[in-house]
Amino acid sequence: MKVFNEHVGVAMPLPEDNINTDVIIPSREMRTVSKSGLADGLFAPWRYLDPDSREENPSFAMNKAAYRDASILIAGKNFGCGSSREHAVWALMEAGFKVVIAESFATIFYNNALRNGLLAIALDRRLIDALAAPVRDSGAVDVLSVNLTDQTISAGAMVVRFEIDPDAKEMLLEGMDEISLTQRNALLIEAFERSDRENRPWIYLND
Amino acid sequence: MSLTLVDKLWSMHEVHRLSERRSLLYIDRIFLHERTGSVALRELEAKQRKVRLPSHAFCTMDHIVDTTPGRSDRTLMPSGQDFIVATRSAAQEASIRLFDIDDPDQGIVHVLSPELGIALPGSTLICPDSHTCTLGGVGALAWGVGSTETEHALATSTLRVERPQNYRVSLDGELPVGVTAKDLILYVIRELSASGGQGYAIEFAGSAVESLSVEGRLTLCNMATELSAFTGIIAPDQKVFDYFRDRDFAPSGPTWELAQAHWQDLKSDPDAVFDREMALDVSQIGPQISWGTSPQHTIDASGVIPTPADAPSGLQHSSWAKAQAYMQIRPGTRLEDYPIDAAFLGSCTNSRLSDLRLAADYLRHSGARVAPSVKALCVPGSGRVKRAAEAEGIDEVFREAGFEWREPGCSLCFFAGGERFAEGARVISTTNRNFEGRQGLGVRTHLASPLSVVASACAGYLTSVGSQA
Repeated sequence: MKVFNEHVGVAMPLPEDNINTDVIIPSREMRTVSKSGLADGLFAPWRYLDPDSREENPSFAMNKAAYRDASILIAGKNFGCGSSREHAVWALMEAGFKVVIAESFATIFYNNALRNGLLAIALDRRLIDALAAPVRDSGAVDVLSVNLTDQTISAGAMVVRFEIDPDAKEMLLEGMDEISLTQRNALLIEAFERSDRENRPWIYLND
Repeated sequence: MSLTLVDKLWSMHEVHRLSERRSLLYIDRIFLHERTGSVALRELEAKQRKVRLPSHAFCTMDHIVDTTPGRSDRTLMPSGQDFIVATRSAAQEASIRLFDIDDPDQGIVHVLSPELGIALPGSTLICPDSHTCTLGGVGALAWGVGSTETEHALATSTLRVERPQNYRVSLDGELPVGVTAKDLILYVIRELSASGGQGYAIEFAGSAVESLSVEGRLTLCNMATELSAFTGIIAPDQKVFDYFRDRDFAPSGPTWELAQAHWQDLKSDPDAVFDREMALDVSQIGPQISWGTSPQHTIDASGVIPTPADAPSGLQHSSWAKAQAYMQIRPGTRLEDYPIDAAFLGSCTNSRLSDLRLAADYLRHSGARVAPSVKALCVPGSGRVKRAAEAEGIDEVFREAGFEWREPGCSLCFFAGGERFAEGARVISTTNRNFEGRQGLGVRTHLASPLSVVASACAGYLTSVGSQA
């Protein structure tokens, strides 16, 4: 997994609630049994007037000159709801996004992001608006600076603090392989099974 | 100390506490499908890791596989076959029980899970699929995860999970005739919103839930993910225990008695404290049909399309307006004003025998036929459902009324296999998601019960049985 520590980049606003994973990456764009080849399909329903010919929709943020190099996405409530497809995270990352800031996230998306080194930050609407205000006012591009160690997002002089579970933070900072980490608890798992087998023998099918 | 059902299942499966809110949980069953499970199996293989307990893992072909009679590995989507072939070889390599295309028991993962006794009361089950919460209907703690977490579960028989908060949603009252479990869950989503369950495991309780059949409970819990909940669950009762008697992977012989005794305790203590509670009287609700592009965009089938200005918050004004533009539907009009192009009966929400029976009974009693302009299809959830329906002559009822009768699979719930409805078509569907483009480019999906789907298919416009009277 990729290590995440800090990131400075252009923030692209998609001010909508309930942006689902079918919109982030439609089923028809997931063409191979792999994690790659997805960037082109990112937000396909909104990004292209015609998803088949790839004719761009000029009014969609990603197609505006200011956001061509955006690496931070800002959205509303319940980002990544719907299908569990991890392809939504892979597509965002392949397209260059490192951070998603939203009012809240669907749990499966959040967990998928964490396990791939994509930083998902849940933030109050008030704070999101405060970070976005300089852009609205000046018409300039919003460059945000995100620091995971300090748990801060800065926009010019404005600094906002965000919360993250300490265990999740450590996973991101160290880019840990979760399976190896859990395998250190192999003896605990075996002990659990020995006692559980007494209580619930029907769970243990023959191997 | 008094505990909720989810608290009890959590402690029962806790191998190790990782932090205040995170635990290493034992995962009893893992179910895979060819869309996302294939990725997890291939990644494991690439890292030279083994499936720790192959007998606890299962795999089916449902998401991409074709559902037309006489199907093969080929799909409309040119690369679909790659997923099928890769999944088959990865499952064989890992010695996982695979319900392949030609297996008589093949079907939709969440239909097979209870049908074969793979999901059991009190068990933990994960699948790289968001509708895994369906299995809460039989009292399993089951939730959807991504491919990477699936890899972890396959390699270690555990997951590192953040503990959800407890939410009890009590649904009380006797459901009116013609109002089904599907109407009930659409109504709950309409009331709680698409993010109303975020961070919670929802226990559905109350007299309306208790009186649901086991299959109705699976339908109810199926859409807990549309509330953005961690999962949904219903305390299992004798109806559920009886359901599991003689199921293939369920306990049998002396362990059956042992399991039954154990399952009796699977309920929240009477004085258990929930982090949140909600009670709804459902004795007066009517059939529900969605009008927009989120399941929360739902109204009474006989109701009027709302005005965006009436939406509860700022962001919702624009999202309602955007949804109405996409759906080509105007505020102040009625659902019955909109002719449909297609009707779909199937998916992990509504493709079980009781769903098919309900729809077939309507067709038998009304003698109605599918309107000439409507493409209508019925896709049974599994090989067993299909054979049971055929034994009752249900397939003939559907065919004679003008429905296509398909092979089991997820089919047109979305178009992973490449099959889609015509661009811009208006579709009434027993599925769970009315997202933009979900059933095809520009397709306008209206979610509804099996009864509303057959009634609309025959009427040629959006309607329910109640509102036709």
